Amino acid sequence: MDLAEKTRRRRRREAVVTHLCLILGVLIFAFPIYLTIIGSTHDVNTIGRGDVPMVPGGEAVANYTQAWEAGGGRYMGTPAGRMLANSLVMALLIAFGKIAISLTSAYAVVFFRFPGRMVCFWLIFITLMLPVEVRIIPTFQVMVDLQLINTMTGLVVPLIASATATLLFRQFFLTIPDEYVEAAKIDGAGPLRFFRDVVLPLSVTNVAALFVILFIYGWNQYLWPLLIVNDRSLETIVVGLTKMIGGGDSQNEWNVIMATAVYALLPPVAVVLLMQRWFVKGLTETEK
Amino acid sequence: MRKVHFKGIALPYLLLLPQLVITGLFFFWPAGMAVYQSFLREDAFGLSSQFVGWENYADVLSDPTWLESAARTGVFSVSVAVLALGVALFLAVQADKHIRGADTYKTLLIWPYAVAPALAAVLWLFMFHPNIGIFGRMLNALGIPWDYRLNGGQALTLVILASAWKQVSYNFIFFLAGLQSIPRAVLEAAAIDGASPMRRFWTVVFPLLSPTAFFLLVVNLVYAFFDTFGVIHSLTQGGPGKSTETLIYRVYTDGVMNLNLGSSAAQSVILMIIVVVLTAVQFRYVERKVHY
Amino acid sequence: MLRRRQLGLAAAGTLAPVALAAPALAQGGPTEIQFWHGLAQPLGGLLEAIANDFNNSQNRARVVSTFRGGYPETMVAAIAAFRAGTAPHIVQMFEVGTGTMMAAGRAIKPLHELLRETNVNINFDDYLPAVRGYYSLADGRMMSMPFNSSTAIMFYNKDAFRRAGLNPDEAPKTWAEVRQAAQRIKAAGHEMPFTTAWPTWTQIEQQSAIHNQEIASQENGFGGLNTELRVNNPLMQRHFTNLLEMGREGTFRWGGRDSAGDALFASGQAAIVHASSGARARFVREVPGGVANIGAAMLPYYEDVPGAPINSIIGGASFWAMNRGPNAQRSADENRAIAEFFAFLARPEVAAKWHTDTGFLPVTRSAYERVRQSGFYEQNPGADIPIQQLLRGDRMTGASRGIRLGGFVEIRVIMQEEMERALQGQQAAPQALQNMTTRGNAVLRNFERTNRG
Repeated sequence: MDLAEKTRRRRRREAVVTHLCLILGVLIFAFPIYLTIIGSTHDVNTIGRGDVPMVPGGEAVANYTQAWEAGGGRYMGTPAGRMLANSLVMALLIAFGKIAISLTSAYAVVFFRFPGRMVCFWLIFITLMLPVEVRIIPTFQVMVDLQLINTMTGLVVPLIASATATLLFRQFFLTIPDEYVEAAKIDGAGPLRFFRDVVLPLSVTNVAALFVILFIYGWNQYLWPLLIVNDRSLETIVVGLTKMIGGGDSQNEWNVIMATAVYALLPPVAVVLLMQRWFVKGLTETEK
Repeated sequence: MRKVHFKGIALPYLLLLPQLVITGLFFFWPAGMAVYQSFLREDAFGLSSQFVGWENYADVLSDPTWLESAARTGVFSVSVAVLALGVALFLAVQADKHIRGADTYKTLLIWPYAVAPALAAVLWLFMFHPNIGIFGRMLNALGIPWDYRLNGGQALTLVILASAWKQVSYNFIFFLAGLQSIPRAVLEAAAIDGASPMRRFWTVVFPLLSPTAFFLLVVNLVYAFFDTFGVIHSLTQGGPGKSTETLIYRVYTDGVMNLNLGSSAAQSVILMIIVVVLTAVQFRYVERKVHY
Repeated sequence: MLRRRQLGLAAAGTLAPVALAAPALAQGGPTEIQFWHGLAQPLGGLLEAIANDFNNSQNRARVVSTFRGGYPETMVAAIAAFRAGTAPHIVQMFEVGTGTMMAAGRAIKPLHELLRETNVNINFDDYLPAVRGYYSLADGRMMSMPFNSSTAIMFYNKDAFRRAGLNPDEAPKTWAEVRQAAQRIKAAGHEMPFTTAWPTWTQIEQQSAIHNQEIASQENGFGGLNTELRVNNPLMQRHFTNLLEMGREGTFRWGGRDSAGDALFASGQAAIVHASSGARARFVREVPGGVANIGAAMLPYYEDVPGAPINSIIGGASFWAMNRGPNAQRSADENRAIAEFFAFLARPEVAAKWHTDTGFLPVTRSAYERVRQSGFYEQNPGADIPIQQLLRGDRMTGASRGIRLGGFVEIRVIMQEEMERALQGQQAAPQALQNMTTRGNAVLRNFERTNRG
């Protein structure tokens, strides 16, 4: 056996090991989902007994319909259809709201000179250090004073301030050559037209990338809706799902809960998969 | 720094206004209130309050259960970070090799980013519930008494696993980007030197990845600190005992469930100080990287 | 704009099992009364049915019932809503919240005041003393409206008893007998012979009461806010040691906090459970074998404790009338509607139906009489166990009247935490009880300082 043959064999062996490692990794991530999907196709007693087969059962339609229309029974939950609508509205408003106000603030900070510019910038920047988790009670109180408890406005508006998105757009705007601005001035274009005709079109990729991240950020909100929503018609699906589980009561309607979990998973996963390219770019560029 | 600017003062303020109003109303005002409330003792219904100075802080910092929570938060955060980083790095190195189907693997490893922490917890509950979970039952059948609702160590393990599971894909994306930015020439030169692959990784690749790794370490710690609230809330509610209660969870129970507003506010302020330190570390590092 | 759209969305979703706070109907329409409760199905549905009966019985008031999660969640939501100026007219508050509500000043409308102002009469002499005493001031004035009162009793699975060769019609009476039975059940291959729901209520509060042992000084807190926990006593040390030993030998399994243990009995996994008598409705529906397979008995006791057993104490919940917010009062119409709803609940036929449907206590003597004469107890053996247990012994003592501690919700969580740590083997019984005392007293002192003035 010559050296080349040996190398080729070693290479192949290595490739097999690599594949095995990656397949194992993929399985670790896919298995819980697989189990949930399977569970959502069986009846409640099969799951309650704990011996869920590894193949789908015949109750899928019944379970998904019940989850969509009625929610879990014992805890008088909200129908998944309603919760999905709430989550979707919330996530979209948060994503677009964040993008809109970050675009305008970054534009102001980069393309204008005005007193207090750096102060404004730092005020936005510092909010990075004040996640909602550390100001739970007083923020709740502010929401109460503004009568925003149990409203979609209350769910969305406080979350659309965004230091990271503002930083990203600022970074990007700084790369727009000065010549563009000069050319615009010579053409007699004002700042608003420049924003609309030049800056926005240039930002499209960044906006798309950010959209994915912010949509998921919005969809996955947990503590905030938990705090300020106690009207069940406004329940979002992530919070609603864990409320259905309660204390892990073994009498839960697990089949319906699993169907609801699948509903909760689908939209954000679909967004990530469909917009994978922008998403990866957005993530690695926003956070650096 | 940009040299050419538009004129005008009103317009930029107008453009900044929404962001500033929101940050003022929902960030700075409550943060200020937290500081103010931390010096008060209030009843649950908000009908009376009195100024108590540093008493809330003294109570919190001398409460052994709070100090235990603090220590537990440290253990929890480091475990989550190390686990999520280790697995992600390993998978990224594999996925970076020239193999068939590399892109498919990447896609299949990226999607868990979309899973909410609370939802990740629910998926793990489906697997490890002692009555309905396939692994929970398997463990019990093997004679290992598994019930994370009673056994604190098991509960903490489960919370760590679920939290780390959700974070791997995020780290994976960054490690992969980091690996792909390493020039091929560097790797080939090392290969010609005849060093073993393991040696090559630790002496050549890893040092080049270390800025990414450090950045991710900070991000992961922050994640474990704050974003895992959903995991804990939906899996264990901090129990059994207090064995999965982190500092954030504590702020929530004391403030929202037990209605000890003063104590909760004092804890919030302490946490804010911790975040400021973490953020400062993160940006010191970012600054340095810019100078490279 | 946003709010309008959101309201439209909400209105479109007629399937949502919630009643939105619809704006008052046309002038002269019924007064709308928001009522928040903490009962999951099937109890929640039965409770809402009673509210609907009230709505159908007259046209001046309409009670809108909303489920708010479990009891603790309901309490937290109501308090937060009060701060927000949107408190419900009536909130169902579990008995542990009683101390907190009594000290809540103008957040609540004391029942005696409400009835006096609205000239509605409810005969509280008809109520069982244990129920009346729990929700009244020392001078007898009622503070809240008793409704779903329960007490803890022992349920057992008759099939499991048969399989273990035990007589399914004879329940163990003492702790020694419980342990023996549990050992035989385990030997017969049952994985969970004995568990408990509401662990602190059944194992600490009820056990202390039936053995005439105070859990807190000042007659369990009835005497004042300066009360201190007394759980680290020989009786509790003995009881905890017993439970821990049963845990080690596998005859006792921790069923989780609050009502979680109910599920283990409902599914047939646990052979014996200590639970609220109000769990009966669920058990009848869910336990394999149904009502014929369920045995009920009084809580076991230690036979060598002198004087034991005496009466147990109540649990469950009462209805509190709340003001809307710190600066908002109710109108006379609203108060009148609340009072009339309460008077409806006090009717013997309503109280009797609730009792027979659910297993909660018949809170009035006339309701009890009514049910007894109907022959219900002959057809449903064991359904009168709770009331007999409540009347056991010849007198109510300072230890068996009830418990009135501020911050009791938090204290219960503390007790559960320490029990969990003990059952994990991290601490022995006396240590667990000592930790409960120390940590619980800190809560009591904090409550005392906050509510002193």
